[in-house]
Amino acid sequence: MIKKLVNPLDLSIQEYQHLFETGKKIYESPQNFTQLANSKILATLFYEPSTRTRMSFESAMFRLGGKVLSMADTSASSVAKGESLADTIKTISNYVDIIVIRHPKDGSAEVAVKYSSVPVINAGDGAHHHPTQTLTDLFTLYMYRGKVSNNSFGFCGDLKYGRTVHSLITTLARYPEVNYYLISPEELQLPQHIKNSVLEVNPEAIFHEASQMEEVLPNLDVLYMTRIQRERFFNEDDYLRLKDTFILDKNKVNLMKKDALIMHPLPRVSEITYEVDDDPRAIYFEQAKLGMFIRMALISLMLGLNTI
Amino acid sequence: MSDSELKVEKITRGIVIDHIKAGNGLKIFNKLNLGELGKAIALLINVPSSKMGKKDIIKISDVLDLDLAVLVLIDPDITLDYIDEGRVIKKIKLELPKTVKGLLKCRNARCITSAESYLESIFYLTDSSSRTYCCHYCDEFLKV
Repeated sequence: MIKKLVNPLDLSIQEYQHLFETGKKIYESPQNFTQLANSKILATLFYEPSTRTRMSFESAMFRLGGKVLSMADTSASSVAKGESLADTIKTISNYVDIIVIRHPKDGSAEVAVKYSSVPVINAGDGAHHHPTQTLTDLFTLYMYRGKVSNNSFGFCGDLKYGRTVHSLITTLARYPEVNYYLISPEELQLPQHIKNSVLEVNPEAIFHEASQMEEVLPNLDVLYMTRIQRERFFNEDDYLRLKDTFILDKNKVNLMKKDALIMHPLPRVSEITYEVDDDPRAIYFEQAKLGMFIRMALISLMLGLNTI
Repeated sequence: MSDSELKVEKITRGIVIDHIKAGNGLKIFNKLNLGELGKAIALLINVPSSKMGKKDIIKISDVLDLDLAVLVLIDPDITLDYIDEGRVIKKIKLELPKTVKGLLKCRNARCITSAESYLESIFYLTDSSSRTYCCHYCDEFLKV
């Protein structure tokens, strides 16, 4: 049984494949899984704001027939009294069967694993990892393309602080024939250590850097848009200067392949115009929906529930 | 012996920490808490050296279980000579440890270790040639 998902690389390619197949089964016949987690309780501990990730997990647990205890506002909990993360986790893990945690500090989920007596899922630790978003992204590809390999990916926006981008890029390194196109302002380029971790796994990986979206859009099978995240900046002026650097509109989408996919981890701010939403290539809301089904598969796997 | 030279007796049994970069001797002396061991210990600083110009040396008149990680993280060029019956019986050139617990501090302001003070820092060696470690919690790199 898998006891933790902190880093997307905690799961093997085989485990990803198993989850994709289970997720697809649940997606196609959700009525067969409504009692699966009947007597189980999931805790969502969110130390920073989140709408979709928390609700996606909670909905996933409810749809499996389980129950949810939620700490969505730390100001109304013992955390506000100065309780350590270790003590909170030690206590909460007595009450529930699985913990989902989001925390603003890098590495916080690893601490939760250390002190928890039940399985832990990282729902985002600072600018570090967001493995269930990666799982969602890969599952979306699986559902639309039947495979992850042999695709050209364009990553656009905040590639420096964007944990969804870091997690996805390092996980894609394990799949064959993946090309990377990186589109970002100079200040928000992908850190070298992320490139190094890809090259360690796949020494032949090539990163194509671009400063204009138009340069690379015709080459892409998948465009992964990201928001410039206000909360990752120490300086508000830097955020305001960079936030509208890359905007995907209808004209740019017209440069893309007819069967390309436009993905986004959401929430969107201004980086994709609303007119793009109606284009069949824009699949980000379906991606969010698939995220709930793959989380159902993940919770089932980590609770050791029988999904056959 | 000229007036400007000092003479320290050879030890018959113990450890000589040699080739310490001048200036690091006292740091090592303090980090290893050598002053509290109750043993005869000599700390020599600015000793003339043909290879290094100047170096520091620590002589300890007993065989102790030293924390080698502390030594190599402060000064990678240190050598250890184990002495018995007045002769060197073993020479050790230190290597960077694969894992370092509690000695290094993560420089990432967003790392959980900066907020939860009870956490012991843990670093893994990722590249010995550039002396680079990686934080167990946040994956931040640290050159030592």
